[in-house]
Amino acid sequence: MSAPFIWIFLPLIIGGLSLFITRERLATIVGGVTAILLTGAALIVPIDEALGFGSFSIKVASSFQILGRNLTLDAAEAPLLTILFGVAALWFIGAESVGVARRLTPFGLIIISLLVASIAVQPFLYAALLIELAILVAVPLLSPLDQIPGRGVIRFLIYQTLGMPFILIAGWLSAGVEASPGDLALTIQSTMMLGLGFAFLLAVFPLYNWIPLLMEESSPYIVGFLLWLLPTVTSILVMSFLDRYVWLRTSAQVISALRVAGLLMIVTGGIWTAFQRHFGRMMAFAAVAETGFILLALSLDPVTGLPIIFLLLIPRGLGLALWALSLSVLDSNTKSLHFSSVQGMARTYPLASAGLILSALSTAGFPLLAGFPPRLALWNGLSQQSLSMAFWLLIGILGLAAGAVRMLAVIVMADEKTVWASKESWAQRGMLGIGMIGLFILGLFPQAANSILDKLPLMFQHLGH
Amino acid sequence: MMITAIVSWIVVAGLLITSAGLLLYRDWRWGLGFLTGQYAGVFCLVLQHWPIGMAAAKLVGGWMAAASLGMTLLNLPQQQEPIEKYWTQGRAFRLFMVGMAALLAVAAAPRIEGVLPGMGIPVAIGGILLTTMGLLQLGMTTQILRVILGLLTTLSGFEILYAAMEGSSLVAALLVVVNLGLGLVGAYLLTVSSEEQTE
Repeated sequence: MSAPFIWIFLPLIIGGLSLFITRERLATIVGGVTAILLTGAALIVPIDEALGFGSFSIKVASSFQILGRNLTLDAAEAPLLTILFGVAALWFIGAESVGVARRLTPFGLIIISLLVASIAVQPFLYAALLIELAILVAVPLLSPLDQIPGRGVIRFLIYQTLGMPFILIAGWLSAGVEASPGDLALTIQSTMMLGLGFAFLLAVFPLYNWIPLLMEESSPYIVGFLLWLLPTVTSILVMSFLDRYVWLRTSAQVISALRVAGLLMIVTGGIWTAFQRHFGRMMAFAAVAETGFILLALSLDPVTGLPIIFLLLIPRGLGLALWALSLSVLDSNTKSLHFSSVQGMARTYPLASAGLILSALSTAGFPLLAGFPPRLALWNGLSQQSLSMAFWLLIGILGLAAGAVRMLAVIVMADEKTVWASKESWAQRGMLGIGMIGLFILGLFPQAANSILDKLPLMFQHLGH
Repeated sequence: MMITAIVSWIVVAGLLITSAGLLLYRDWRWGLGFLTGQYAGVFCLVLQHWPIGMAAAKLVGGWMAAASLGMTLLNLPQQQEPIEKYWTQGRAFRLFMVGMAALLAVAAAPRIEGVLPGMGIPVAIGGILLTTMGLLQLGMTTQILRVILGLLTTLSGFEILYAAMEGSSLVAALLVVVNLGLGLVGAYLLTVSSEEQTE
């Protein structure tokens, strides 16, 4: 028994088998139970240590060899697995209430297993190939059989695929830079390649036009799932690069580029959110800004920035899940998510509307909500480096807040004669309630997840110390 | 050595023809034919750095991707290729772009060879040519088949260059799976869009 078998091959097999499930409820149970069990296993099962049951003991090895290379998941990666599978469980359980469980469970499990493999593969440069495979699996998830593929799916496929070659070549060049650190031309080439690769993968400004398109043409819940998962794992890959190559993490230019890219994403994402007239597009641009927060945190001194990145992970996953669920509930009861169609829906779908507003406010860093503590820490860290940058961060956050207020204004703007009612199903109410309570708990007690977050820096040999 | 060089240059010329054909074709059968020929060329160039088994895997993977697209298109009702609304249509323009891409490849190849001595100028030209032609294809169309062919062409060019840098079996296997996956995704998207249109 090895850790890669448990957290990579097992979900891959279960995901593959669940393609044959025809009932929504069963798909939800399979996806939810698998993700919860894998979360529990990541919390309990020690890796590379003997686990005794009376006279019987087993040891979960950290490595698995495949085609001459290793997939390694050691004890330091267990907290990340807990977060990934724990948040994924929320997505899988919520999928039934919006009728996408039969699609999300199989493809979602396969995508997560490929992305965990991308974290586990040694050398880590090959992660780009596994991320690309996850992208390919995401295409049928985004474009179901009864829906004509739109421009968003095509652009998603093109942009994400183009990222892979750049990262693979950058990885090779980086090894050369390490061998001859004085070679300026090679350093520039390597940095450019790396920058382009991650710009495509993380949908850095201006390469994010596929995100709003996808939000308009695909299920908001499924797009939300991918917008949570893909940037999270890609950010880990960025951190692995910074951790591995000393010339990268000590380069002032790389740090500046990360900071500018992050701020551009936050400012443009925030401003676009404020001016959209489609709820789905608003979420898309807010998700862009969310990725910007991670890049901005990466640009800080690792001692300050790394804990902020990890602090962002859970609120980001929870916020996007609640936002996507709320949007899906509204979307399934109206012809589109344009302002004109959703106007006044707070009276008939109050919980979904509340979930929508709370998650939007959390993204904008509203006090008492989950997004507040990491944004405050980020703002504090950034202001110590540059006040003008902190001002631009404020502009982006104000844009996100303005978007949330506009959303609130539109959704409560109902005819006075409309009677208050809650038309959400019980399952939807339950999931929306859990999401909203979760946002408040993480906002009021950000230290609640410390037992997991504190161990995350151990994944990195140099960044975390 | 001399024979290898001559063969390499012939293969590069073949790649220029197939990639230009992919940009200019009107019937999908020709498109897939060019793609199949292109993978044979990729095989020849990759063979200079990889053992025959690994290079053959690339060839077979590419042909399987082409076959999956072909089998899907054979089973779809005959449709006329939709006219692009926004992009350039003229063959003369496309030929001009092919010329520019070829020029770029010839100009950039010595520089690439400088970064990686031993790669060989023909290999560098072949890799850059296919990458550029694939990107050109991606920039000129929004049609699913052409997009997939563009992605496969871009990746083929990259794989030629990368083969000179990395000889890992795992990378070779994963790249084959990516190519095959792109073919299958293309087949899926073509089927879905066709079903929607026939309804």
